[in-house]
Amino acid sequence: MQPLNRRQMAWRAAQDIGSGLLVNLGMGMPVHVADYLRSEADVFIQAENGVIGAGALAPPDRADADLVDASSRRITLRPGASIIDSVWSFALIRGGHIDITILGAFEVAHNGDLANWDMRVGDKGPLVGGAMDLAACARSVWVIMEHTTRKGSPRLVEACTLPLTAKGRVSRVYTDLAVVDVTPSGFVVLDLIDGLTEAELAKRTGAPLAFAPDLRVLTAPALPDAE
Amino acid sequence: MPIDKRVKSAAEALADVADGATVFISGFGGAGFPNGLIRALRERGPKNLTLVVNSATHRFSLTHELIETGLVRKVICSAARGQGKDLSPFERLWKAGKIELVCLPQGTFAECIRAGGAGIPAFYTPVGVGTELARGKEVRRFKDRDHVLEHAITGELALVRADTADLYGNLTFRYAQVNFALAMATAASLVVAEVRAVETEPISYQRVQLPGAYVDRIVTVGR
Repeated sequence: MQPLNRRQMAWRAAQDIGSGLLVNLGMGMPVHVADYLRSEADVFIQAENGVIGAGALAPPDRADADLVDASSRRITLRPGASIIDSVWSFALIRGGHIDITILGAFEVAHNGDLANWDMRVGDKGPLVGGAMDLAACARSVWVIMEHTTRKGSPRLVEACTLPLTAKGRVSRVYTDLAVVDVTPSGFVVLDLIDGLTEAELAKRTGAPLAFAPDLRVLTAPALPDAE
Repeated sequence: MPIDKRVKSAAEALADVADGATVFISGFGGAGFPNGLIRALRERGPKNLTLVVNSATHRFSLTHELIETGLVRKVICSAARGQGKDLSPFERLWKAGKIELVCLPQGTFAECIRAGGAGIPAFYTPVGVGTELARGKEVRRFKDRDHVLEHAITGELALVRADTADLYGNLTFRYAQVNFALAMATAASLVVAEVRAVETEPISYQRVQLPGAYVDRIVTVGR
């Protein structure tokens, strides 16, 4: 069994994004999704700071401190891009105009609850940013995260233990071991990595799993891991 | 006398800021931080400020200087976590109980300011329902979904960064500089803009992003 690395997880999520959609990508693993969109998928990437149509990262000689995405990365604009202010940007999000948001997470519960904004680390201050707005209001909320913590505890759980970002909003999770839909009856596995049995996946998961009748093998091309 | 909103320096633009003021500071991710005005506000030194700023800890903003200098009593923001493991000036003072923190989802933060500038005292939003950030807030159901009541924010001073101004205070912005500036300029009784350059000819209505009607004072700070 070879679990997917972080770029491969982003690649796998990218394969499910159709053409003509408006997509928001969260910090960390999700931003890599933009690198692996299918060639036929003409997609606009929205960033919370008002950029509609974020392009690739800017090369150093073209980097502009005024042209950044929500992760403070210096970017370019794609053809047809526009820039709006923060009020309008969040009206776009809250108004349900984002087709898909892909977020990182610490935990997802089998009822779709999401915990992704506060790990409760020491005395560090809170940082919520646009996570709650996106999770509450995007039409589809997808998550990319490792299937378990580094210590091996499940991240797909019966009930989130960390502070919630939104209740009942996640519809799909891409992990290093599986692709899992969150349905009204709980987790349904769509893709499973080669060499791992259904029982072994269930042991790494903190809530009951169902398996799709047409369960597929989770594969991705060889890609270097992201930092 | 024809309108001319230019003032000679950031210090002059902020000369009448009083203790206890609620101060909006624009900027996001390195774009549009009014760092010249923030530095001048620190030098002026009003006490017991409430800052309304998206991030209390962003490494490219000079907001931390106001906090470190002890001028700030309260911060309303969506991000208050410093880089790395060490505590930022904000986190140290917050943990010591010296600064009050109100953390809001970023869209709620923006809408509270918009509402403040648009004469709307409060509004309901679905964002944050069932989370810690909605604790103690009124919840009401509309169309089968719970919503949280959030209150408008208004203040005494807004500091924004723009690209160009004309003598009327009309502003243009570069790329993502604009972020919170439009809303903040509507919600404050005194609006000061720092700009790269002032154009002596009026800016065409087609290019104006923030009308001079909202802007009181212009300071040229260059790049």
